[in-house]
Amino acid sequence: MYQEIILDHYKHPHGKGLTEPFDAEVHHVNPTCGDEITLRVKTSADGLIAISYDNQGCSISQASASIMFDQINGVTFAAGEQAVDHLVLMLQREVSPDEDILGDGIALEGVAQYPARVKCALLAWMAWKDAAIQASSKGEAK
Amino acid sequence: MAPLDVTAIKRDFPIFNRTVRDGRRLVYLDSGATSQKPVQVLDAEREFYEKHNAAVHRGAHQLAEEATDAFEHARLNIAGFIGAKADDLVFTKNATEAINLVAYSFLNATLKFSRGKDLPDGAERFVLAEGDEIVVSEMEHHANLIPWQELADKTGAVLRWIGLTDDGRLDESTYANVITNRTKIVSVTHQSNLLGSVTDLAPIVKAARAVGALVLLDACQSVPHMPVDVSELGVDFIAWSGHKMLGPLGIGCLWGKSEILAAMPPFITGGSMIETVHMESSTFALPPKRFEAGVPMAAQAVGLSAAVDYLNRIGMAAVAAHEHDLTQAVLRELAEIDGVRIIGPKDSTNRGSAISFVLDGLHPHDVGQILDENGVAVRVGHHCAWPVCRRYSVPATTRATFYIYNDMEDVQALADGIRSAKKFFGV
Repeated sequence: MYQEIILDHYKHPHGKGLTEPFDAEVHHVNPTCGDEITLRVKTSADGLIAISYDNQGCSISQASASIMFDQINGVTFAAGEQAVDHLVLMLQREVSPDEDILGDGIALEGVAQYPARVKCALLAWMAWKDAAIQASSKGEAK
Repeated sequence: MAPLDVTAIKRDFPIFNRTVRDGRRLVYLDSGATSQKPVQVLDAEREFYEKHNAAVHRGAHQLAEEATDAFEHARLNIAGFIGAKADDLVFTKNATEAINLVAYSFLNATLKFSRGKDLPDGAERFVLAEGDEIVVSEMEHHANLIPWQELADKTGAVLRWIGLTDDGRLDESTYANVITNRTKIVSVTHQSNLLGSVTDLAPIVKAARAVGALVLLDACQSVPHMPVDVSELGVDFIAWSGHKMLGPLGIGCLWGKSEILAAMPPFITGGSMIETVHMESSTFALPPKRFEAGVPMAAQAVGLSAAVDYLNRIGMAAVAAHEHDLTQAVLRELAEIDGVRIIGPKDSTNRGSAISFVLDGLHPHDVGQILDENGVAVRVGHHCAWPVCRRYSVPATTRATFYIYNDMEDVQALADGIRSAKKFFGV
């Protein structure tokens, strides 16, 4: 499970640190272990969603957030959602990992063998989805 | 006192015949969450189902009589284990339900009182007024915190808590401030499930008595691990679970003083707990049946009774002495590993074998994962005591807990596992 690439992201996370302005902010926790992430999104005029985040937790949750940033920062909601859905299915062992969609995220495949850790791997991505949906509903309300 | 023959004890626990993670020896250091079960407990439960199974306290056929006898004998035996009378022992689903039972007695008494309804004699002690106070401590398991938060929220009572010292004990200097003449109940742990510290009861009981407050003790981490005699504790209630003391899942216990249980309105209602029933209203049975609605968990009670027999054969003083030796060894071993910080008392005085620690630069989840790969089962996270983690500014801890089937080899396996985690992550 602890592939070199995961340890790299854990030790040198990409994109960590909150920025302003933002359209929506969410705070997700993994209540069984105390992993936490605060994630903000800002949607541009052409529908691209910029991410910033801050988090604490285990190597898997930290690495996964860093990989998420690499993969879906600045993409559309549809593209981000496709990646999240693919990650979920991969962790349920229902699809084989697609590097085009997940990038380094394919290294998280081994997490599927440890059900207790799946939540750690999903935390950041679920936070992104929640924030992106909140931001888009706010956009519609305007 | 003769040391425990751990090799012989382990033979009674079928789970130690298996291996984990590619053939590794199982080093089970998670008994604080739930203990493993000896074959004597499994056999007792199986025998109940195979030979005596029937719904207890119902029916007049032979099986119903045998099942009822087995259930009530279990109650007598389990009560005896804590120096109590059978009628003062209530079976619940688990310790969480036992604590909720008391919290809901307060809520139900308060609601009925406000509507002028009949209550058992003495129930005024359970009626809360706006501004009355409920006292817990900052080291409580969520099971002994959330029910009281909710009770305060629903009644207008105020939840107050006893703070902790830096070395992981209740801060006795705050008792006089926190326990006041508005305090109706003080509900604290006997031994912290995260810190391992054992509560010095006398001062807290004294402070509660001085203001006429009831005292409930969360004994989940004490009854399985040390001799506990309710006649010596000076408290009004103790709550604990069966599954942490070699017994089956699905059974917990609430002991209460006779006159106090008698003063409490029921919690969960339905069959078995009644005296007379009319369409308009009903009256309720005496304790303990008043608090045992529905067909009870007879097989689990029989299994727990077998667990009590098993522990009695070893002797609780011997269990405590064994765990004390292991605790000293763990504290000594961990002190030798750079970067390990114990969360809780660092010496073994008035301390149980729940040992939480953090490793600098590494999240507890990752420590637990490497330990697991070495066959060492520990718990990671906040251990249902999140405020304790906050108090000591850690997001979570790794926790090793010990019991009668653990030995010095297991202590060594823990220390070796921590060293390999350090090496693997380069911290």
